[in-house]
Amino acid sequence: MDALTDNFDLILKGFLETLKLLLSSGVLALVLGTLIGVFRLSPVPILRGTAIAYVTIFRNTPLLVLILLAIYGLPQLGIDFGFFWNITLAMGVYTASFVTEAIRSGVNGIPLGQAEAARSIGMPFGMTMTQVLLPQAFRLVVPPLASVFIALTKNTSLAAGFGVAEATFRLKGLLNDYATERIAIFVGIAVGYIIIVELISLGAHLFERKYAVTR
Amino acid sequence: MKFRTTRTRRARWAAIAATAALTLSACGSAGEDSSDDNDVDVSSDAASSFEDGTRMKELAEAGTVKIGVKFDQPGVGFKAAGAKTPTGFDPEMGKVIAGKLGISPDKIKWVETISDNREPFLQAGTVDFVLASYSITDERRKVVGQAGPYYVTGQSLLVAADDDSIKGPEDLKGKKVCSVTGSTSIKTVEEKFGAQPAGFDTYSECVEQLKNGSVDAVTTDGAILLGYAAEAPDQIKVVGEPFSEERYGIGYSKDSPELCEFINDTLTESFDGGAWKKAFDATLGKSGNDAPETPALDPCS
Repeated sequence: MDALTDNFDLILKGFLETLKLLLSSGVLALVLGTLIGVFRLSPVPILRGTAIAYVTIFRNTPLLVLILLAIYGLPQLGIDFGFFWNITLAMGVYTASFVTEAIRSGVNGIPLGQAEAARSIGMPFGMTMTQVLLPQAFRLVVPPLASVFIALTKNTSLAAGFGVAEATFRLKGLLNDYATERIAIFVGIAVGYIIIVELISLGAHLFERKYAVTR
Repeated sequence: MKFRTTRTRRARWAAIAATAALTLSACGSAGEDSSDDNDVDVSSDAASSFEDGTRMKELAEAGTVKIGVKFDQPGVGFKAAGAKTPTGFDPEMGKVIAGKLGISPDKIKWVETISDNREPFLQAGTVDFVLASYSITDERRKVVGQAGPYYVTGQSLLVAADDDSIKGPEDLKGKKVCSVTGSTSIKTVEEKFGAQPAGFDTYSECVEQLKNGSVDAVTTDGAILLGYAAEAPDQIKVVGEPFSEERYGIGYSKDSPELCEFINDTLTESFDGGAWKKAFDATLGKSGNDAPETPALDPCS
């Protein structure tokens, strides 16, 4: 257990970096994903087409490929915000495509009458979305969104090989230094990830209970 | 019968395509194999010189040995895309060890060992020996055997050729320094010199990041950095004095402790007989460095 106790501050530092990456790419994914989701449902064909193309491209490309593009490709084009932000960008646009699909499923889950009622009292599309559909959709999609963010949490570990000193980076460092305590190190780091994932689950659960759509 | 003719024809085309592919691949690898520029002695009838029941005897009788080396460190252990065998100081020393067992270089099975899997590979028997810039540490010696050292180097810094701001590890505070994720080097620059660690999977990727300016320096053992600097001297350079001592050892399984004496005897012989210097000159020596003094071997306990 020495490996874990002696290096507790380093491990904590690593998980802090993991959380930063999760938060930054999570916010990007949520904002971008919602926007694309609205595009996806809008009556304007070109916006719908853009959204469909976005989801097709980013949901079907492996995240590692997107990270490689962000780390090696973007700097070639002069787009270089440093390793952390370039990876945030890759994880954000990737995860956004899943958020989009979650939102779409949520809006589709709302009875058609709601949208019709909104339109019939003269609400334009934007207002129908922000006042009637999205608030209900967000409540409906909490479980799938939680899954998306849990996946994102685990995906952040890919950053260990691309210049970000997050939890998996610390794991590899400890494995190198403590050849005798490999199992304890694996379990210790896994517990850290489990705590984050459980917190997301708990948050989703509380949110659902508080704002559940009752019909 | 139409169906059958189509099928035969298709089969014939497949055969032609396969032959063409084989011929092409044979062309591709011809001439790239530079493993012949350093001959090593191969003991004849080695098996009879070892006692029954020893691992040496088993290996000599099997006539083949699995050696773990790095594939991404020019000069130390490197395998070019398409090449059949790795080149570098470590593979050369591997050939010396194998030769003592009566195994010629073409009978060696080279296995890539990255830093993370050196101990697990030795424990599981995936490899018989590890020569992969494998520093001897007390912690590692608890789980695997490490004989040697056969080379002593130290952690150094690689920076852009036009960078005058970094002259030694003291200048690293706050700088982005790249090394392989999990390596001792990256930990040292972070903890002792306050550098900002940037971990990548291989040193080659770090060197790439240094060349395009995304990191300020690359750090690892001087031997490895010299290999990279020799490849692109107008872009990158090694600066300062080494600031650690890394003693490269040969890893073997703890299940066969008799290998330690065997390795040490073989190394002593190669130090005295010139095989060690020949291996150095053919690899790391190419960057313009003279072979250093031969290191003193740790006794086998």
